[in-house]
Amino acid sequence: MYDFGPLVNSITSWLDTTFSPFWAGLISMVLLGLVLLAFYAVLGLYLVYAERKICARMQNRLGPNRVGPGGVFQTIADLIKLLMKELIFIRNADSFLFNIAPFIVIVASIMAIGSIPFAKGLQAIDLNIGVLYILAISSMGVIGVLIAGWASNSKYSVIGAMRSGAQVISYELSVGLALLCIIAYAGSMQFSEIIASQEDGWWIFKGHIPAWIAFVIYLVAGTAETNRGPFDLAEAESELTAGFHTEYSGIKFAFFFLAEYMNMFIIAAIATTLFLGGWLPFHIWHFDAFNKVMDYIPPVFWFFGKTAFVIYLMMWFKWTFPRLRIDQLLALEWKYLLPINLMNLILISFLILMQWHF
Amino acid sequence: MEETLMDLDLKEREEYVINMGPQHPSTHGVLRFETCLQGEKVKWIRPHCGYIHRGIEKMSESLTYPQLVHLTDRMDYLSAHINNEAVALCVENAMGVQVSDRVKYIRTILAELNRIASHQLWWSAFGMDLGALTTFFYGLRDREKILDIFEESTGSRLLQSFITPGGLMADVHPNFQKRTREFITYFRKKLPEYDQLLTGNVIFQERTKGIGYMSLEDAINYGVTGPSGRGSGFHCDIRKIAPYSAYPLVKFNEVTYTQGDTYHRYLVRMREMWESLDIIDQLIDNIPQGPIMLELKAIKPPKGEFYQRVETARGELGVYIVSDGGPTPARIRYRTPNFSNLFIINKIAAEHKIADLVAISGSLDLVIPDIDR
Repeated sequence: MYDFGPLVNSITSWLDTTFSPFWAGLISMVLLGLVLLAFYAVLGLYLVYAERKICARMQNRLGPNRVGPGGVFQTIADLIKLLMKELIFIRNADSFLFNIAPFIVIVASIMAIGSIPFAKGLQAIDLNIGVLYILAISSMGVIGVLIAGWASNSKYSVIGAMRSGAQVISYELSVGLALLCIIAYAGSMQFSEIIASQEDGWWIFKGHIPAWIAFVIYLVAGTAETNRGPFDLAEAESELTAGFHTEYSGIKFAFFFLAEYMNMFIIAAIATTLFLGGWLPFHIWHFDAFNKVMDYIPPVFWFFGKTAFVIYLMMWFKWTFPRLRIDQLLALEWKYLLPINLMNLILISFLILMQWHF
Repeated sequence: MEETLMDLDLKEREEYVINMGPQHPSTHGVLRFETCLQGEKVKWIRPHCGYIHRGIEKMSESLTYPQLVHLTDRMDYLSAHINNEAVALCVENAMGVQVSDRVKYIRTILAELNRIASHQLWWSAFGMDLGALTTFFYGLRDREKILDIFEESTGSRLLQSFITPGGLMADVHPNFQKRTREFITYFRKKLPEYDQLLTGNVIFQERTKGIGYMSLEDAINYGVTGPSGRGSGFHCDIRKIAPYSAYPLVKFNEVTYTQGDTYHRYLVRMREMWESLDIIDQLIDNIPQGPIMLELKAIKPPKGEFYQRVETARGELGVYIVSDGGPTPARIRYRTPNFSNLFIINKIAAEHKIADLVAISGSLDLVIPDIDR
């Protein structure tokens, strides 16, 4: 039910029969790109709106409520404002690197979106090393951040960029190792197979306590990787005014801003896919009536529902926790998360070896 | 650009200088910290003040005593009532007159409400300095209740100029007692929320414990007073050591800690809010009847020098008046708490990380116009 495979296949076969192989490939690529870009922009705007509303609730405020019903068009108005704003060029900045940095950041996150499975068959590309691809691509964004900080020729920006570099490189390890736990369970790096392995139960339920540990570590490390609070040291507005994007204005600033939200979405989407069963519905063992009802809810809703839940968790601790200091941040990674993660991986290998997982 | 000798010297030691301020989110005003950094580590800090110097002391020389009270609001704008009270007390003592008990009671209640409001704003901003943005809205939500009480009675929310030499500008609003009592019960319920949100947080404690240690000797040598000094065990509460207004009549504790770090400077203020609530609680039901303004022919202190000190939300405020017997002071000088509190920052924040500098300067609770006057 609700399989997008036939629809996608019919479109590709129609393209193949109508055009020559070269044009068919080109058109399908352009179509995919357009769909992903539109999705990216709309989702980014929606996430900004959601964050503003959620943080307003946590802070005894109402949040945006003037533009449109409940303020839903507020972020669109903000986007128009950002598009119209002057792009400020710094006199002593390295203009080539300064201009290219926002694009590196945003391209990295757009590319990562491509391999996320939104529903059965609704995935731009199902790589056989999907998890590795996501890890590789999402860590490319830090190059953009480093370049932005360096090229701005501002001391605050350099401090922010260096913090960000140290932070992302450290936490990349924990993200990778936490995902490795699930890869060990599932026995594959391909997203479709990882989801297929969760047909009889999500890994967070099947994988005993180690899966929980991996999930928590992944959430912490993932938040740190997106430079969001309480790990937002790279922008730390009370210390560095705005960190690496201090000198950016207008739409270039918006690129950094949008990429931050989309990275949060990507982290949440991967958590959903690997730990929470992706687009699979929630099932309870031997409760067929309930399972049948759950099956009627389309997988897209399941996917976005779970992702929204994870995003809500990330927003929740952003708006309640104070920020860590840089040495505490690195100590947390190298002294706590990494050793726990390695032990966890050994534990999981043992569980798999003894066939003790479900 | 030509490199100066100093730049080369800094380069050799891998140090660089950044200016935090005068426009910076965490200096809470136009204050400039010239900060030398080695990587993330702060080597030294030179505070530069004077960006908001308005010459209040000089201006006061050409104003009569009731007029110059209005300028004191603009020094420490978060302790406006207490600043007014300092001048009023100094002038009254110089003239040898006593205000009625009613005035004393109301002055004390207003001063304590003002202290709570100031600590609330400090708590909000301190959380923001550490990156916990939600504290700001919790603090301001409750501060609003106090400002409403002020607005009803004094006609103004921030710069009231309500306490004046000889008494009060006007009597308090009939609702004053009722609303203040409501506020006490309300805020006693809300204060534990502050602890839940920030004090108990592990990250917060890691960020503040053991950071920015100030010894008792340093506090006394630099003249750090108020909650910042009391965090180091300096018994400097003027309300205790030289009681004025209605403070001799109430029972309260001077909050001191001996640890002297950022966390305990924080705790002093949190506990002071409870103490202030207790003080108001003891006074609010017993406000006696009496005149609110003394009938004075003219406010002219006799020839001589007079000094009066009070405890503002940030420390000891001293008013020194040299009078030649005329309606205006010959010379007036304020010993403001923030000026002395500021300059210890190099001593306690050097060799810390840049993030700690923000936390430490937040824990000193600086109000910049009070430094520059």
